[in-house]
Amino acid sequence: MAEDAKQLQPDYAKALKDAAFAALIAFAILLPMVGFKTVQNIHNALVLETRFSWLAAFVAIFAASGFLNSLYLVPWREARARQTKARVPGKISQFLSRRFAPFALGFVIVYPAIALLLAGTGGSLKWIDNFGIQILIYVMLGFGLNIVVGLAGLLDLGYVAFYAVGAYSYALLAKTFGLSFYALLPLAGILAAFWGVLLGFPVLRLRGDYLAIVTMAFGEIIRLVLINWIPVTNGYAGISGVPRPSFFGIPFNASDDGFAATFGLPFSPIYRTIFLYYLILALALLTAFVTLRLRRLPIGRAWEALREDEIACRSLGINTTSTKLTAFAIGAMFAGFAGSFFAARQGFISPESFTFFESATILAIVVLGGMGSQIGVAIAAVVMVGGTEILRDLDFLKQVFGRDFDPAQYRMLLFGFAMVAIMIWKPRGLVSTREPSVFLKERKVISRDLVKEGHG
Amino acid sequence: MEVFVQQLINGITLGSIYGLIAIGYTMVFGIIGMVNFAHGDVFMVSAFIALIAFLIVTAWLGVSSVVLALAIVLVVAMLLTSVASWAIERFAYRPLRGSFRLAPLISAIGMSIFLSNFVQVTQGPRVKSIPPLVTGEFVLFGEAYQVTLSYKQLIIWIVTAILLAAFWYIVSKTPLGRAQRACEQDQKMAALLGIDVDRTIAITFIMGAALAAVAGTLYLMYYGVVSFADGFTPGVKAFTAAVLGGIGSLPGAVIGGLLIGLIETFWSAYFTTDYKDVAAFSILAITLIFLPQGILGRPDVEKV
Repeated sequence: MAEDAKQLQPDYAKALKDAAFAALIAFAILLPMVGFKTVQNIHNALVLETRFSWLAAFVAIFAASGFLNSLYLVPWREARARQTKARVPGKISQFLSRRFAPFALGFVIVYPAIALLLAGTGGSLKWIDNFGIQILIYVMLGFGLNIVVGLAGLLDLGYVAFYAVGAYSYALLAKTFGLSFYALLPLAGILAAFWGVLLGFPVLRLRGDYLAIVTMAFGEIIRLVLINWIPVTNGYAGISGVPRPSFFGIPFNASDDGFAATFGLPFSPIYRTIFLYYLILALALLTAFVTLRLRRLPIGRAWEALREDEIACRSLGINTTSTKLTAFAIGAMFAGFAGSFFAARQGFISPESFTFFESATILAIVVLGGMGSQIGVAIAAVVMVGGTEILRDLDFLKQVFGRDFDPAQYRMLLFGFAMVAIMIWKPRGLVSTREPSVFLKERKVISRDLVKEGHG
Repeated sequence: MEVFVQQLINGITLGSIYGLIAIGYTMVFGIIGMVNFAHGDVFMVSAFIALIAFLIVTAWLGVSSVVLALAIVLVVAMLLTSVASWAIERFAYRPLRGSFRLAPLISAIGMSIFLSNFVQVTQGPRVKSIPPLVTGEFVLFGEAYQVTLSYKQLIIWIVTAILLAAFWYIVSKTPLGRAQRACEQDQKMAALLGIDVDRTIAITFIMGAALAAVAGTLYLMYYGVVSFADGFTPGVKAFTAAVLGGIGSLPGAVIGGLLIGLIETFWSAYFTTDYKDVAAFSILAITLIFLPQGILGRPDVEKV
């Protein structure tokens, strides 16, 4: 009892010491980067400018957080760690996995209407395009990668390669042969799946981090080939004028047989955006639905078994080669769909869109969402992509920090920070519970602590 | 012949820099089995620290002796980069120890994105260049095409050799090195025998970062330019070097670094510069697929 009481007493001396230590470390790290700025003078030589007030502010922030961390956060975490180990999924997780999906689905279906009502025709364009379509592309990519990483446990850091294959397949075939989006969508998926098998074949023996690094190398090789193979891909300049999808044959333009004229509506670019929104929503839902059904098929169960224990899988007679290759192929196929949609939506593609950073983003979405959980992937995509998109629009910050302050340049900085912070806060992802694929009497949500991630 | 020798000299110089970075990867992977994805960006940060230290030392303090300036810059960069790396380990990796295997990798990727964008935000996106620090060269031989060994290259060779010898001594002869090798083999057992595992791992990160800082300073001196995006590609190449040499092996990392440096230089000299990064990535993939234990590494035994 006495010890407990002593534990509860805040230890100010220790907190002050921690604060001083945090301040010292922060000073050492930030001194060169924040304290000085290298700028080019008119003679094009580098000179230093000092920003010691910034440095002082940052050091003060670190000292304060060190103080508070030592005083409140550490005792709280220790108290929580002393509690019983086996964590039952909380009420919120239970609710999320049971009731959240229908609500979310309903919301995304009526989302364009809400945006139109609240922001008008002109204002809603940004909300539907930058937020709706952008996030849904990442949701779809997340669902696709979820098959590879979440279900089969194969760590893929080069997923964007298949996205690029899909995008370039559509752009090149549509421009060269004039084929329509609906004919090329399946074709792009098949080509991407083919590349998935091609790149999956050599890496069958690899597992864990090594697999991640090799897939990353493949992703980079494909990007570098796209940059250097100028006769076909036009290098850095990219391919512009990629045909846009039509409304099942009716183009979205101002002509007499365009979409607006056919349906007797005044011409507006919003129709195309809304159509694209529903198109990517349908594609994302298709991915989710296929994944859900696949999980119940023997192949889906083989994937999950592979994730849990590859050696046990082999000894039970599962063909790990074909199991891994199908996971790569199906995951890649969805990336190919998303890629051709991306090319059709942008009308322009260049290797810049398919950097390693995109792969890392998609993998982060899958892992932060709590690998395997589709709702989690969707939430993580909204948080990570929507959160960084929203920074573009925070104009009020300019009034706080001055006119030169541009929130958009902090997007990636915060993105990286969020990846680290979410990992530390919830290493198992945002939705850390799982629905079992197979159950005896009743479908119970189980804690992620009971599921291995596999090392395949 | 002349071209070949010249490329050999250039390749060894580049390879020394890769080797220094590769040691950071190989030591961290050896001890906690994690690919420290942010290590390439730590290298880039150290080059920036060296840049700023160099400007302070020359423009503000007025140190005119090149050797003295270089020595100060090197020490400052090593110290500050070590502190930064220690903080990164403490904040981003240590809480995830014992968590599932993907967590540290994701955290490291996040850290890598954070670091490169932190430098972009604080120092601006433009490429920073400094005037050449060390000029002059030895002409070795050759009539029409002179084979030269510049003083810069010589400095890189000497500094690399001295530091490698020092670190090899630390790892193989001192109690600290013994603790590191013990943690590499079995952390639990090492802890039972009274080794502070957390501290040993932190020191491993610090040592890796110090060598990366040496590489960063030498890189800045050699090329005279650095930008916030310079962490990723050298980082991947150094990781390739670590894998090629056999991950976990210190001499392996150096051999791998030299090999990658030589391959890259000869590829650029005799084929085309367009695909030189493709060559590096292909070597990475091929090594991992066909020779995952590397040149000097031990094969990984599959256990149930």
